[in-house]
Amino acid sequence: MRIPGLGKAAEIADDGLAGLEHNFITSNVEALVNWARMRSCWPATFGLACCAFEMMAAGAAHYDLGRYGMEVFRASPRQADLMIVAGRVSQKMAPVLRQVYDQMMEPKWVISMGVCASSGGMFNNYAIVQGIDQVVPVDVYAPGCPPGPETLMHAILTLHDKIHTGELLKRRETTGTGETATGAGIMVQQRDGQTAGLAIRS
Amino acid sequence: MPELTEPEMTEPELTKPEPAESVRYGVSASEISSQTVLFVTVDEYLEVAAAARDDGFDQLIDLTAVDYLSYPGARARPVDVQPERFEVVVQLIDHTSGERLGLRVQVPATEPTAPSLFDLWPGCENLEREVFDMFGIEFTEHPDMSRILMPEDWIGHPLRKDFAVGDVPVQFSEASAPR
Amino acid sequence: MTAERVMRRGDDSAVLRLSEAEAARIGGDTADPADDERVMLNMGPAHPSTHGVLRLMLEMEGETVLRSKPVIGYLHTGMEKQGENLTYLQGCTNVTRMDYASPLFSELAFSLTTEKLLGIEVPERATWIRMLMCELNRISSHLLFLATNGIDLGAVSMMIYGWREREEVLRFFEKVTGLRMNHNYIRPGGVAADLHDGWQGDLRELLELIEPRLDEYETLMTGQPIWRERLQGVGAINADEAIALSATGPLLRSTGYAWDLRRDEPYLAYDEVDFDVIVGTYGDCYDRYAIRINEIRESMKIVLQAIDKMPGGDYRLQDKKVTPPPRIRLDESMEALIHHFKIFTEGYKVPKGEAYAAVESPRGELGVYIVSDGSSTPYRMRVRPPSFINLQTLPHLMRGGLIADGVAIISSVDPILGEVDR
Ligand code: SF4
Repeated sequence: MRIPGLGKAAEIADDGLAGLEHNFITSNVEALVNWARMRSCWPATFGLACCAFEMMAAGAAHYDLGRYGMEVFRASPRQADLMIVAGRVSQKMAPVLRQVYDQMMEPKWVISMGVCASSGGMFNNYAIVQGIDQVVPVDVYAPGCPPGPETLMHAILTLHDKIHTGELLKRRETTGTGETATGAGIMVQQRDGQTAGLAIRS
Repeated sequence: MPELTEPEMTEPELTKPEPAESVRYGVSASEISSQTVLFVTVDEYLEVAAAARDDGFDQLIDLTAVDYLSYPGARARPVDVQPERFEVVVQLIDHTSGERLGLRVQVPATEPTAPSLFDLWPGCENLEREVFDMFGIEFTEHPDMSRILMPEDWIGHPLRKDFAVGDVPVQFSEASAPR
Repeated sequence: MTAERVMRRGDDSAVLRLSEAEAARIGGDTADPADDERVMLNMGPAHPSTHGVLRLMLEMEGETVLRSKPVIGYLHTGMEKQGENLTYLQGCTNVTRMDYASPLFSELAFSLTTEKLLGIEVPERATWIRMLMCELNRISSHLLFLATNGIDLGAVSMMIYGWREREEVLRFFEKVTGLRMNHNYIRPGGVAADLHDGWQGDLRELLELIEPRLDEYETLMTGQPIWRERLQGVGAINADEAIALSATGPLLRSTGYAWDLRRDEPYLAYDEVDFDVIVGTYGDCYDRYAIRINEIRESMKIVLQAIDKMPGGDYRLQDKKVTPPPRIRLDESMEALIHHFKIFTEGYKVPKGEAYAAVESPRGELGVYIVSDGSSTPYRMRVRPPSFINLQTLPHLMRGGLIADGVAIISSVDPILGEVDR
């Protein structure tokens, strides 16, 4: 029997690697590294609200994120390279979010899961940060309220693609908005709940 | 083309509580949505609450407040009640008889303080902190009168009517340096 | 039995009454220089075992927890404020996002209050559908508890099983409501859609699937020595203390105090179905676990009865005021179109007044208090959040225990942070 691209099965069985027709693969280091990174994204647990349940559901039996090599949700941001921000981020939580992000090792990626994380969603009020991209740089946005596990998986696969092409890191280098630069590169104003003025419904 | 007519949206009769007929624990009482509600001033508050507790109302179910700053028209309150801007809303339950009792404390805007119920029902601790956080009503003798939901250095009290819903920019001025 | 323990104000209370700034200043230093065993410890808010974004400040002596303070608000969403700006029809989309493990209960409480204000009665079928869906939601919520409780205690397989069964219930929800969670299904005036054809079969299949699996869990955990060892006697509270602290739900019932709104203040059609109120004895983590697993069985009983007794009729009130016209009429009648448009943009006006309605959610008494000013949005919308109030018991449950047991205790209180912070 022939295994396409490799050689005769019997020869491989007898001679091991030497039995391969092509026993080396050419590549450049970058592609190899990117491939490895893509295949071993470890998310940090950063579940906040309803979306976190769908994130956990994605990791659990039925949807099984383990198929993409990422079922290990790391409790410590030091051991993770992907942050899935699942849920609404409040003004009180924003500094914590940033702190967790800062503790992660380069290279790192962020998925913004759900409309709340992406834009504040239906909660356009004093309490919720209107989009986490004000706090951390976001690579992929997953829409939905909540995005089902399928949507999250799609987001993750999109991210995998982007990691594979190395596009994200290149962009960060050129715009200088990586870890080594000034965080998200966005200046954020001091909050002040009072400036919005008197608004009494008529 | 059919006529453009609006469907009639009938206004049901207003269900107003009757002016205080009954009196309980020395204060006027009304029926509001099938629950007895007592109207008290800040001074009477603790006394009435203690009387209710001794009467068998063993659990505090809820404690919150309403800011009546922009309420249109008059509130349906018994005639002898002097309405104030804030109303602290308390709900008690007597597990033996299953009766629920409401308290409405009139708290003036000029001096938003009220005594704490901590010594009667310690379960009010978080609820009173929440009312303080959201309405700025201070509860005297509360063991830990501090903000609970908003950050400690937040300015303003969100559920007051003169606090806009407002989409405010995020405070994020002090990112800790990468480590 | 006495509640004296929870009434203390001073340093001998279990509650750490210290501001965050102060705690940060003390930091890891000893609170009392003479006593170098005593340290302040921070847990959360991004901690895996604290169910979302709960943060705890703990005063520790070695491994023993002395005083503690739950620091909350990390998920504060301003929902009560938001609720003042959404019409009564939109209100359900708002409250459903509070307790996202049991969204239908918040919708139900909101709808019941609005209906009280409007003075309307919903058709019988709607009532029964509501009850059926809520009980299913209780099952899925308790399954979730079993899963998270399992993983907090290291029973990882329980976590996988719990999610697997929950997924089955969610599939039924998706079929009926269109969404897996945050349904906005129960609305003032009835429910959003009728049950699909063949729902009885689907449900029977579902219950047949869950039933034997519950027995599996029992084999896996209930009788298992490690499980008992870790839970029995941990985080005990007595009935007087629980009542003094305003606790409701499984937390109160675990102390042996039988109080369940479904039985004691029946709403919907709970007085027409037969079920038991499960109570514990010792008020410890084990009782709280056992109550929930048995409540799943009781809910299944109710669901079965609802299948048999489901009345016919309309699934929502046919009152022009609160109910939009059926979709099909929009193509035929301009009037219907205007009506539809008005209801969804302006909403309907609700007479002045105030009302409170409460339901027994999987976490305790969930109530909604609405003050209406006669317009189409509530003047004030208040939710009595059971987790928020039950969370007050945490310092008292943790005092004197080991930090490792703390995780079991937090998990057994089963707080949903979305509803704690709102
Ligand atoms: S996007 Fe929707 S589901 Fe996700 S956190 Fe926001 S409200 Fe919840």
